[in-house]
Amino acid sequence: MSDAVRPGPTVLSVRDLVVTYGAATALHGISFEVHQGEVVTIIGGNGAGKTTTLRTVSGVSEVIQKSTGEITFREQRIDGMPAHRIAKMGLAHIPEGRRVFPQLSVAENLELGSFRRRGDRAAVAEDLADMYRRFPVLAERKEQYAGLLSGGEQQMLAIARGLMAGPSFLVMDEPSLGLAPLIVNQMFEIIQQLAADSGVTILLVEQVATKALAVADYAYVLESGAITAHGPAGELAADPLVKKAYLGG
Amino acid sequence: MSAASWAVEKRPTLVKVGRWVGWIGIIAVGLYLPQAFPPFRVGQFNTIMAYGLAALGLALLTGFNGQISIGHGAFFGIGAYTTVIIVGDHPEFPWLATTAVGALLAFAVGIVVGLPALRIRGLYLGVVTLALALLFRQALEKYSDLTGGSQGRGVPRGQKFSAPDWTGLANDQWRYYVIFVIVVGCLVLSRNIVKSRMGRAAVAIRDNETAAEVLGVNVARTKVLMFGVSAMLAGIGGSLLVIGSPIPRVSANSFTIVLSITFLVALVVGGATSILGPIIGAAFVVLLPEVVPHEQQVLTPVILGAVLIALMLVAPDGVVGLSRRSASWAWRMLARAADTGPDTGLETGDSSKEQLQLDSRES
Ligand SMILES: Nc1ncnc2c1ncn2[C@@H]1O[C@H](COP(=O)(O)OP(=O)(O)OP(=O)(O)O)[C@@H](O)[C@H]1O
Ligand SMILES: [Mg+2]
Repeated sequence: MSDAVRPGPTVLSVRDLVVTYGAATALHGISFEVHQGEVVTIIGGNGAGKTTTLRTVSGVSEVIQKSTGEITFREQRIDGMPAHRIAKMGLAHIPEGRRVFPQLSVAENLELGSFRRRGDRAAVAEDLADMYRRFPVLAERKEQYAGLLSGGEQQMLAIARGLMAGPSFLVMDEPSLGLAPLIVNQMFEIIQQLAADSGVTILLVEQVATKALAVADYAYVLESGAITAHGPAGELAADPLVKKAYLGG
Repeated sequence: MSAASWAVEKRPTLVKVGRWVGWIGIIAVGLYLPQAFPPFRVGQFNTIMAYGLAALGLALLTGFNGQISIGHGAFFGIGAYTTVIIVGDHPEFPWLATTAVGALLAFAVGIVVGLPALRIRGLYLGVVTLALALLFRQALEKYSDLTGGSQGRGVPRGQKFSAPDWTGLANDQWRYYVIFVIVVGCLVLSRNIVKSRMGRAAVAIRDNETAAEVLGVNVARTKVLMFGVSAMLAGIGGSLLVIGSPIPRVSANSFTIVLSITFLVALVVGGATSILGPIIGAAFVVLLPEVVPHEQQVLTPVILGAVLIALMLVAPDGVVGLSRRSASWAWRMLARAADTGPDTGLETGDSSKEQLQLDSRES
């Protein structure tokens, strides 16, 4: 894989990340980087360690106790830092599997998204209006319990909630998981739009590799807790080995 | 336009008005009660309110934050002992000031107990708080010079919380009204907490801790604070139990694990995700022995248990949850009658959806 020059300064750098769950090692010292304004994807199959990687980066308490390695975000070491402080630095994490708050309304879920933005009322209100524009179905269901939304709607809500944090860096864990093909396409359109319009840097983890590689600038392949290939997304998509393993041919 | 369709259209307003009317009604009845009942009953109402605060504390902790405590009897005891000990040793100390001291002490101990609760959860947290209840009992015995141990301890003869002349009230009525005002204050406080940023964070943690933390919720701080506030409410309740009784007295025997479990029963009966439910639940646990024939009091715990099991089956969300669901059913019927039903599409009879109607926000 060619080591292409990547644009912008490094925003996130992960070095020798090891995560061990009891006796099983989920990540065997992986390293990767995300540069300003990029869409980076990590592709890999079930149990490869994608979710673990993202959770460690975001500081999820359950995982960071089990991890070693060096994580630098915006030139600050964040390994071991609690999630809420990392969130404050502008990193938003959209968790795997539509983790909405089922017993809160759609509006309240979105409100929680802006939890860290106190005293920023005007901007929050503007972003909220923007979310309702982007996801009209959420506007229609404002007062409804999030748990009553369909799977695809819940995923949209999870994304919108993440965006309500006004992030400069967005971490997305399999946004396409369990969605109908049509909705998956929509989802990736939204991601592309986001990257283009609002200049957020995106780290996206996916099993649907074709789509992910199509929207990404740079990609890593994660297999059983180790990075086995990386390069510009276009090059990786053309790589015969990657094609065979992840692109169904 | 038919009456039904008018009602459906105006539903949000009607619900709001209904809620206000409900609150005003409750307060009116609350103010009237001591005029209508003999002192002995009024004393029971005081006990209900005191227990209700402990159960309210549990609602904030369990219903709105997903933490559990089988040891709230200890916080309740801290409030009760604080009042008895201070008033006993310093008769000049105002009674209600001891409530504040008890509240602060319970809050502080609650914070300390809440800290290990960050690392443990579910069943294990239950066990730890259970240990707290047992430990509290032991401590009462061990420091019997101060607490009176299982002999108990009262306040000096003639010392009681009595009505000032200007009120023209009997002592029992005065005690009731003071407690009533404090309890209403605590209800309002709790409601505001639930509606606040912290309350939202607490519910988010209950529903999904990981999702909450990556959204920037300080999980540790929220959980510990909720534990503290919950303990504080129980502490206030304990102090009010003493203040509200004609012969203020505490003994180690009344702060056993049974008391903690009684609070839990009150919580479940009333509804864990409601503000008013715990008071209703407290009325149930306090008044139940009344309806059981005197010579069959041994049956009381059996009945408590049976009611608990029955509730789990028909109304896992307690009396308040049941009434919420009945109300939402009634609205659906109304909407059907009106045949306009803006929300009929969303609220079908599907039972899994029904479950989600369990409101976690309003009382
Ligand atoms: N909390 C946990 N405790 C123990 N083992 C875990 C835990 N979370 C993940 N694992 C294990 O770590 C490995 C990596 O899991 P991870 O969830 O990171 O995979 P993934 O790439 O996200 O998979 P998927 O695509 O299925 O979501 C798996 O073998 C999994 O069983
Ligand atoms: Mg995963």
